[in-house]
Amino acid sequence: MNQIDLRDLRFGEGAHLLVKRALAGIAVGEEIVVRGQAPDFAVHLEAWARSEGHRVRVSGENRSFHLQRGAAEFGRWQGAERAGDADPRKPEGVVQRPPRRWGLAARGATVEAGAPEFSFQLAEKSQVWAEEAVRLYAQAVSAQWDPNTAIPWDAEFELQQEVEDAVVQLMTYLIENEAAALIVPSRFVAQLHPHFREVMQLLAIQAADEARHVEVFTRRALLKTDRLGLSTVGGQASLKTLVDEPDFAIASFLLSVMGEGTFLTLLRFLERHAPEPVTRAMTRLAANDEARHVAFGVAHLRESVKSNPALLDKLANSVHRRHDALRHTAGLNQEVLDALTLLAAGAWDHEALREGSRRVTQLIHDMDIGRRTQLCRIGFEENQAAALSGLHTRNFM
Amino acid sequence: MSQAKTLLMGAVAYDPKVVIIWDGFRQYFAEQGLDFDYVLYSNYERQVESHLAGHIDVAWNSPLAWLQTKAVAERLGRRAQAICMRDTDRDLTSVIIVKENSPIRQLADLGGKRVGVGASDSPQAYLIPLGHLAEAGLHAGKQIEVVTFDVLLGKHGDHIGGEREAVQALLRGEVAAACLIDANYLGFTQEGILPPGSARVLERTAYYDHCNFTVFQDAPSRLIQRFLGLLLGMSYSDPKVRSLLDLEGLKQWLPGRTDGYRQLESAVERFRTLEPFAERLKL
Repeated sequence: MNQIDLRDLRFGEGAHLLVKRALAGIAVGEEIVVRGQAPDFAVHLEAWARSEGHRVRVSGENRSFHLQRGAAEFGRWQGAERAGDADPRKPEGVVQRPPRRWGLAARGATVEAGAPEFSFQLAEKSQVWAEEAVRLYAQAVSAQWDPNTAIPWDAEFELQQEVEDAVVQLMTYLIENEAAALIVPSRFVAQLHPHFREVMQLLAIQAADEARHVEVFTRRALLKTDRLGLSTVGGQASLKTLVDEPDFAIASFLLSVMGEGTFLTLLRFLERHAPEPVTRAMTRLAANDEARHVAFGVAHLRESVKSNPALLDKLANSVHRRHDALRHTAGLNQEVLDALTLLAAGAWDHEALREGSRRVTQLIHDMDIGRRTQLCRIGFEENQAAALSGLHTRNFM
Repeated sequence: MSQAKTLLMGAVAYDPKVVIIWDGFRQYFAEQGLDFDYVLYSNYERQVESHLAGHIDVAWNSPLAWLQTKAVAERLGRRAQAICMRDTDRDLTSVIIVKENSPIRQLADLGGKRVGVGASDSPQAYLIPLGHLAEAGLHAGKQIEVVTFDVLLGKHGDHIGGEREAVQALLRGEVAAACLIDANYLGFTQEGILPPGSARVLERTAYYDHCNFTVFQDAPSRLIQRFLGLLLGMSYSDPKVRSLLDLEGLKQWLPGRTDGYRQLESAVERFRTLEPFAERLKL
């Protein structure tokens, strides 16, 4: 028979761990002999065994007991399930429909039966999963940057007042767009079944990216002034349609593919034409982040469309609906457009303004090409992609 | 008596979790086809009285409430029966603890000292340990001074508070010894209220039993049998009942037995604990 000697170790000092370990090595109904010299050994062993459902009997020998393993601990884990596998590459590692009762359990954990059911709305793999999430999350983590050190805040520059005003107006516009891009994934991460761990992590870090963007754009706007620019009804009306969108696939499509895809082109444009190093640095860093957001949106929608081709119609309809809803709004505010032109011109002379206008026209064309490319990646035909891209909001996001 | 088709049980509300426990059992019994409901009392005396009056079919009784029921039933020519209990109601002991560094080495050393006890209607923290001390010649008010920590009188010590206060008084040096049930001694040790090396057991009582489901011989037998069958059939491996068993502090229901109440019975006789209750019932 197995024997353990607790010597002078007390139950308040971890003696029960030795007893549990010894019991784990025998079958239910079998016995071990437990000896101990601690002052309250007998009282504590008997009270502990009773509460755990094990039986104790005196062995006849002084300070020694027979302890029979009860069925309770074994019973607790009957009916427990393995919640997929931690490794998403394993077959059934990420399951198609993780049960609500798996709740917050780590993927790959053994879950006790009878756990409370959580009401995660996004609980189907085909709705949310993309193999790319694993790689994109790792990339996002290693690409995090510190606004304090990554941007040359101390760089010396002095812009013409109108150009500085144009930068402040653009920053004001960027901030409200980034706020929308922060809220949308944050809302869905709270509805996502945590079984899809990598997607949860990716959406969370996406929100954190946007938080950083809001910070740096705000700091740049306030670098030379204490007042931000204009926010228009048209711009907010356009963003509200994103924030209000309840469907994950549609929101992800409108925000990440159409919106952030367009924004990516805009940020690259600002990087190229920024009149000073601070704006140049932050738009470059923000563009790198946005590129990941677009990549995840495209990857998960491409996989969703593969398993459910009818999704394409739903996505196309969402663009039409949004277009109709925004038909009577102005879209992009004239101040933003003018600021872009001025930045791209770099000066007030006629030729420079002509060149600036030409560049903004080219920007809008490039945005269209970018959107069409992403739409085709998801699975749209080229002609459909062209039509849908043309219906995209004039507010860019 | 309640309507024939519903089995009505009484329990004492010593803690808000009591509602969660019996609501859970009620739902479980309903799923098994037993129409079960419960009534909560603020104290055991009211519950026993109500049981005797036929308001409830079965009572979830403390050991003292069981003795109260049995004693009164006998005087009235009725027969009470303990039909079921928790595995954790069997073979308990109480301990009388002193500080580790106390000069008190044997019971006789307690003479002239203050002893902290739980609620005065607590079998485990008052009646049984003080009965044990009295048998050893240490009588309350004579050889020892008893300091009572009455928390929620009428709950028969179900609430842990009185024992905790007695232990805290021991640590503060206000009493030389404290009386409590062995499970709480272990629990206080594990929770750190009694750090290792702070206290030791001076004396341990004989084994005794705790709560039981009590019925009278005229209880609706078919419902009682169904109730008993469902209780004994509950398995800790069933997730539907496991959380309820955890809350009620058991792994398995066992058939009732009454030979584990002798120690309490003699303590109750010694302290004449039942008399005020009998007087209240005008018996």
